[in-house]
Amino acid sequence: MGSHGIADRVAIVSMGCTAFREHWDRGVDDLAIDATLEALGPIGLQPGDVDAWWLGTAQSGMSGITLAAPLKLEGVPVTRVENYCATGSEALRQACYAVASGAYDVAAAVGVEKVKDSGYQGLNAFPIPTDGTQRTLTAAAMFSLVAPAYAAKYGVDPAELRRTLARIASKNHANGARNPRAQFRREMDVDAICAMPEVAGMLSVFDCAGVADGAAAVVVVRAEDAHRYTDSPLYVKALSFVAGNGSGLLDPDYDYTHFPECELAARDAYAQAGITDPRRELAMAEVHDCFTPTELVLMEDLGFSERGTAWQDCEAGVFDLHGDLPVNTDGGLKSFGHPVGASGLRMLFECWLQLRGAAPEDRRIDTADRGLALTHNLGGYPGEMVSFVGIWGSERG
Amino acid sequence: MRGIISATGYLPHWRLDRAEIAAVLGSGSGSGARTVASYDEDPVTLGVAAARSALNGIPGTDRVDSLSFATTAPVYAEKSASPLLHAALRLPGSAATVDAGPGLRGAAGALRAALRSTDDLVVVIAGDVRTGLAGSGDESGGGDAGSAVVVGDDTVAPLVAEYVGGASATREFLDRWRAPGELRMHAWEDRFGQQRYDALAADAWDRALASCGLTDGDLTRVAVSAPNPRSGATLAKRLGSAGVELTDRLDRSVGFTGAAHPGLLLADLLERSGPGDLVAVISLADGADVTILRRTDVAVDGPTVAEQVASGAALPYARYLAWRGVLPVQPPNRPEPARMSASAADRRAEWKYGFVGSRDRSSGAVHLPPARVSYRGGTADDMEVLPMADRRATVATFTVDSLAYSPSPPVVFAVCDFEGGGRLPLELTDVSATDVRIGMQVEMTFRRIGTADGIANYFWKARPLPGPGVAGEAN
Repeated sequence: MGSHGIADRVAIVSMGCTAFREHWDRGVDDLAIDATLEALGPIGLQPGDVDAWWLGTAQSGMSGITLAAPLKLEGVPVTRVENYCATGSEALRQACYAVASGAYDVAAAVGVEKVKDSGYQGLNAFPIPTDGTQRTLTAAAMFSLVAPAYAAKYGVDPAELRRTLARIASKNHANGARNPRAQFRREMDVDAICAMPEVAGMLSVFDCAGVADGAAAVVVVRAEDAHRYTDSPLYVKALSFVAGNGSGLLDPDYDYTHFPECELAARDAYAQAGITDPRRELAMAEVHDCFTPTELVLMEDLGFSERGTAWQDCEAGVFDLHGDLPVNTDGGLKSFGHPVGASGLRMLFECWLQLRGAAPEDRRIDTADRGLALTHNLGGYPGEMVSFVGIWGSERG
Repeated sequence: MRGIISATGYLPHWRLDRAEIAAVLGSGSGSGARTVASYDEDPVTLGVAAARSALNGIPGTDRVDSLSFATTAPVYAEKSASPLLHAALRLPGSAATVDAGPGLRGAAGALRAALRSTDDLVVVIAGDVRTGLAGSGDESGGGDAGSAVVVGDDTVAPLVAEYVGGASATREFLDRWRAPGELRMHAWEDRFGQQRYDALAADAWDRALASCGLTDGDLTRVAVSAPNPRSGATLAKRLGSAGVELTDRLDRSVGFTGAAHPGLLLADLLERSGPGDLVAVISLADGADVTILRRTDVAVDGPTVAEQVASGAALPYARYLAWRGVLPVQPPNRPEPARMSASAADRRAEWKYGFVGSRDRSSGAVHLPPARVSYRGGTADDMEVLPMADRRATVATFTVDSLAYSPSPPVVFAVCDFEGGGRLPLELTDVSATDVRIGMQVEMTFRRIGTADGIANYFWKARPLPGPGVAGEAN
């Protein structure tokens, strides 16, 4: 494989992240400005000090002008990127490569999404002209296909799996309740979640990520320059991305109990970072919990649990805030909602806080022996998705 | 010898019990049930369903010279619907297609023309959705159906019935009328129309018999199609006294299915008849058209009209009213689907209308929709065309989506694995959400997915294999 990675060549020196909310009073411009200034302020930079920008937004604007205009950037490149729900992470990936190449000294990635101006609930994709044969199912229904397939393959009683999925939601809500930036800050117990009416397969609304507006921003520089900006940078250990070819929708061998794109992205990322036992080497992971069955399967795809055992690990509390490997310590998509362009950077923001000991005490995890964190996004549906895995560390190797 | 190669009726899955209408509205009467087209069916899809069945197994459908389509509920005023049927049936590009309507008489007229033409193969299709205002006679007495008759020479394919002769009678009179797009049917006093129809029927019948040198008693079995149950009753009585069997008009079990009715009764007539039987269809629709046929010993394929009458599932009246738009209901608060692109649909016409996939010659991998590069092995541009519409599939997994936009939520959606290879996630139809199971066998059905900007968008869905006694709550 020709993937070599850029481990330890790029450093994250500052970040900003807005609260994720129904920001009726703030537009795309406001959110992008807020996140960007929050990232630049602590390191004493002005927008004009950044050499190149990447803007991640799925459908809140087109072209780099969406960012250049509100920030009044002058004479610099701004690249708008879109890669489904991994859009924010993709913006950062490109910024990191630009710095690693030597093309720029200081680059920034800004992810923003203004979802709540559509007038509809949920995320609604930008219509591209088609032959009219495409399915019109919701993402919730597409991911709901995973639950019965998983239950059947591993002999889990569907009622028991229902409780496991509720426990995943409950865990993320418990974490989100401790995060002032989260949209939903109420704890939800397993029984209450199980009692909700089904809306898609066995999933209720509490198995689904919320919908919110938000933005996040990150500044990256060459690793050797990091200490000019901060005493506590994070280092980029791995960046991997897989765009699926949709064969899961065509191939009768695909069984809806795993996401091959995520497995492949994780394998590449671990190779780049030199990780052999992610369950024990990572301090935490922020994963794409768009729906509860997604997080369940990801525990296996990302190598945290053996195949067919993630449901037991979830039940045993392995991924709880103070479990063996805390997952979604900030509350995840479940508590934050999912402004598509911003989510990947929001996940990194939690790693930025936790690995540097800056997370609030009530959700701070122990990172004394482990200095690595993972973020993961996916976009699309089972059978046809993109996947990003990033690994970040507090020590330069 | 000219004649009929096949004739089939298609009855939709759903039935409305007429007693339910009176129970809700507090007035009206009626017994039995009427057929109801699903929310995703329209005259075009009903016609396609009947014609797929009629053309099934006929050798040389590439020799179809012409197709006609009749309905009283046209999908478009300007655009012809017949090319849509032509596409879904994958008929040759050299075939002529024509819309024989709107209006009740188009179907009988098209059949007459087909029997007298010199074309190798002619497909005469009709489909109708009969609605009317709540509480109207058309609502309770109407029914939805498709019918298709394949006409040709016995040199092309074996005939199930030889054309013996026929006659028509025409005279302008005002019986029933409806403006384009209008829901309400208007009718003159019934007795006026009945008497006009009785006179036309007798006139056409006598001339038809005379042209063939036959008398009443030579006929074995006759079907009378008329918009009113009493129209044609005088002739029917006369034939009955001569020992001729009159077939059920299907008023009680199906309803009058408009343009589709003559073909539906013809299919039923031939299905009930044996070798040598002399049979006739008398179609009364703004005139009278008589067709006399002799049944051959060629077997007819099922499912027969009678078998379809005996199956189906009950639909609540409120749902019926919502499906037909008689009772407007609040749509989900989701963006409505965008209109299809005419040029994108044109590029993919074989897929969209014909449900034709592709198979990689080197790996055998089936691609739905057709692809240029294989997912298995990556070979480029080495695919063969693979028609899939007649292949059955098995539900690998499924879900029920209460959030997705649909004219009739919830959406039941299944990952379908096809016999002989190939997978496609598909919407299921003609099914109750609680009845879906992994491993269920499904077949493909051509449906109207929706309408946007006035464009009717068609594609294929899957439905459980019908069988006698399936959810037989109706009747």
